[in-house]
Amino acid sequence: MSVDTEVRPIVIHGRGIVPGIAEGEAMVTRETISGWGGISPMDGKIIETRHELVGQSFAGKVLLFPGAKGSSGWSAMFHTARLAGAAPAAMLFVEMTTKVALGAVVTHAPSVTDFDRDPFEVIETGDRVRVNGDTGTVEVWKRR
Amino acid sequence: MVALTAEEQAMLDGEQGAATQKAMELLVRYANALGAERFVETNNVAGVPGSSNPWLKNYYKADGGDYRAVFSRFDLDAEEVVDVPRMVGNACHLQGGMDPVLWAEQGMTREAFDNFMSDEREVAAHDIRLLKTCTPYLAGNEPKQGEHCAWMESSAVVYINSVLGARTNTEGRESTSAAMITHRIPDWGFHRDDYRRGHHLIDVDVDVSSIFDWGMLGYFVGDAVQESIPVLQGRINNPGLTRHKHFGAAAASSGGVEMYHMVGITPEAPSVEAAFGGRVPEMRLRYGKEERRKTYESLNMRGKSTDVDYVMLGCPHAALEQLEEAARLLDGRKVSGNSALWIFTSRVVKAKAEEAGYADIIRKAGGYLMTDTCSAISQAIPKGTRVAALDSAKQTHYLPAFMGIEAWYGTTADCIDAACTGKWRGELK
Repeated sequence: MSVDTEVRPIVIHGRGIVPGIAEGEAMVTRETISGWGGISPMDGKIIETRHELVGQSFAGKVLLFPGAKGSSGWSAMFHTARLAGAAPAAMLFVEMTTKVALGAVVTHAPSVTDFDRDPFEVIETGDRVRVNGDTGTVEVWKRR
Repeated sequence: MVALTAEEQAMLDGEQGAATQKAMELLVRYANALGAERFVETNNVAGVPGSSNPWLKNYYKADGGDYRAVFSRFDLDAEEVVDVPRMVGNACHLQGGMDPVLWAEQGMTREAFDNFMSDEREVAAHDIRLLKTCTPYLAGNEPKQGEHCAWMESSAVVYINSVLGARTNTEGRESTSAAMITHRIPDWGFHRDDYRRGHHLIDVDVDVSSIFDWGMLGYFVGDAVQESIPVLQGRINNPGLTRHKHFGAAAASSGGVEMYHMVGITPEAPSVEAAFGGRVPEMRLRYGKEERRKTYESLNMRGKSTDVDYVMLGCPHAALEQLEEAARLLDGRKVSGNSALWIFTSRVVKAKAEEAGYADIIRKAGGYLMTDTCSAISQAIPKGTRVAALDSAKQTHYLPAFMGIEAWYGTTADCIDAACTGKWRGELK
């Protein structure tokens, strides 16, 4: 991957819900993610058999996904992933639910939602992304 | 930013002790993430407070590696270890990882059982009620209409919102543990009137009467509406507790349904108009013969061999009337040597089944009546199981995926027959 940081990034703005600044490679899915039964917290892999990202790990990535689905164990699974060192570096999502809000809070990964434009139109897997959870600013350097 | 009352501010300032302060800090972070403007008071909280596996205890070894460490560091997401107070009010513990008596039969080790008992003693010592079930509403905690609750467990959340008219979001472990201490939960989502209105209208055009059919209808509806609120009308019969239990659990598995309305049946749907609260339905769907057949086929997609080695009933945990039915179907019969029958329920309902003699009939037939858990939660199935038979659409959704086994979905009678013959003979009638 080559990233030219001299290039000015695309900037989108949202509402920061978990503070902090993190940078990493984007991992994007348009499918909601299940916690309990959907991820393996020990390595951050998606394990839901019908999910498009099955077998891939979000550890250290900037995860852009629509939101959470499934069991009420969502927060505890992502929380455990943090302890195991397998949590995403940052989380970006568009559908607010109690599952994803609590999950983001206990995962401590800088998180942003309520964007001024559709993040799925801007961010693709492999892009370099810097997330500022204090200001809600997301900077995107396109992969080339 | 969430607005705090004077009492809530005092909690946050530490005036009610360190644990309350840490719990309030977590709830404020959570409320702000949601965008909630205030808290509601709740005196009815169901979670899994402080229960942990040895991995988690070991992770917090430097903090003592005990219940207190896990509750502080994990449940309250605090940087330090605090004294966990005795809970005041209605705090209950949902399902757990094994049967307290038949754990060896479930394949659990002595070490795992000792860890389980150690947590259980702590839970009881903190005045958290050991309901140990996914169906607290069958075990003495039945919320009332309008009561603000903070519950985990998707099948229980959808039941109390829809059938009882209580108000809860799908809470998580950390928020419920914090709410047990503070009696606060963010005023967001299902706590608010406007959030509880229907989105989609479903016309039921085929008779739905048995638990089997209610489960299939729920599975269809969840898949169709995903996370939104369906309003159902039409040929829905026998709207009793067990039917709603199976419908909601199924809809919360194939989709993420947290509330539904059934016109003329559920408390917030005296009419279609009331259920939608003035809104226009976004989508109108029909559940007829064809949809019923497709749902049956979808649920039985993972059934190939008709040699059944395991029958599991009680998802969500069986009501007394379901144990009565199982006992009636089993009376005078024996579970096949090629099969096994495990039936799951709560401790409360098991005690009633002992009194009524149902438990004895199930045991004499060679079945096990277990509490606290289920095969999906404990990931425990009889050794060597390849093919299961189930009367729960929820369990049929989860168990094959977790355990890598085949599964059949049918009526309770189909399942008991499979347990006694070792053969699956269920079909859609």
